[in-house]
Amino acid sequence: MAERPEDLNLPNAVITRIIKEALPDGVNISKEARSAISRAASVFVLYATSCANNFAMKGKRKTLNAGDVLSAMEEMEFQRFVAPLKESLEVYRREQKGKKEARKDKDKKADSEEQDKSREEENDDDDERMEEEEQNDEEEVDN
Amino acid sequence: MAARLSGGENRLVSLPLSRIRVIMKSSPEVSSINQDALFLTAKATELFVQYLATYSYKHGRGKEKNALTYSDLSHTAEECETFQFLADILPKKILASKYLKMLEKEKRDGEVGEDEEDENETVDEDVGSQDQRRIAS
Repeated sequence: MAERPEDLNLPNAVITRIIKEALPDGVNISKEARSAISRAASVFVLYATSCANNFAMKGKRKTLNAGDVLSAMEEMEFQRFVAPLKESLEVYRREQKGKKEARKDKDKKADSEEQDKSREEENDDDDERMEEEEQNDEEEVDN
Repeated sequence: MAARLSGGENRLVSLPLSRIRVIMKSSPEVSSINQDALFLTAKATELFVQYLATYSYKHGRGKEKNALTYSDLSHTAEECETFQFLADILPKKILASKYLKMLEKEKRDGEVGEDEEDENETVDEDVGSQDQRRIAS
């Protein structure tokens, strides 16, 4: 799947946005710092995957599941992430369920929209999210 | 926290799941990943980016300059145990001139062993203990 080394990079524009949102307003983030954080994030994904995979193997499962990832966080000493991750997962599952139902029966669309409103508004674009992201990436690289 | 909300920012996860999946699958021992695990990994990576950035900013030297720099990050990788796994990809930078002197010194030490006092004082003590070195000019 990953044919070129760049395939293992995360989109710079998105990483930069996440950093900016985390730091106080007006902090200057050097270009080098940005690309370093981006590399660190890729390594984090690999490290987490490898840890999670160990838990799956211990349980004799071939598919990584949510529990494996959460256990990996504990093992990696990122316990602080566990609670927020569980919360996000709840919301995500609800969202996925909502989408499924909306697809099954379009008349029920109103329902799922109501659910989604509590959290975010542009949920309708959800399916196009990935393509959008990839495009954004190319447009805003290193600005 | 600086919340800069312009269109589409308020999503559950902003990193592209497709890309996260590619990175996860690049690990040869992984056969399959369910959707929840993929989502959680993406979200965790986001939290990680925030944490690494805020931690490095708080503990770094760029704070008075209102900046986050590479050396703040490499400092974090070196000093904080949780971020130790990043030490290899965030090596401390040293000047090329210093590095050359260190090489020279190593060479001399290898050959003679006693001849250590010569230009020692120009090389930082803590730099000498680093395994990974990146050369900056």
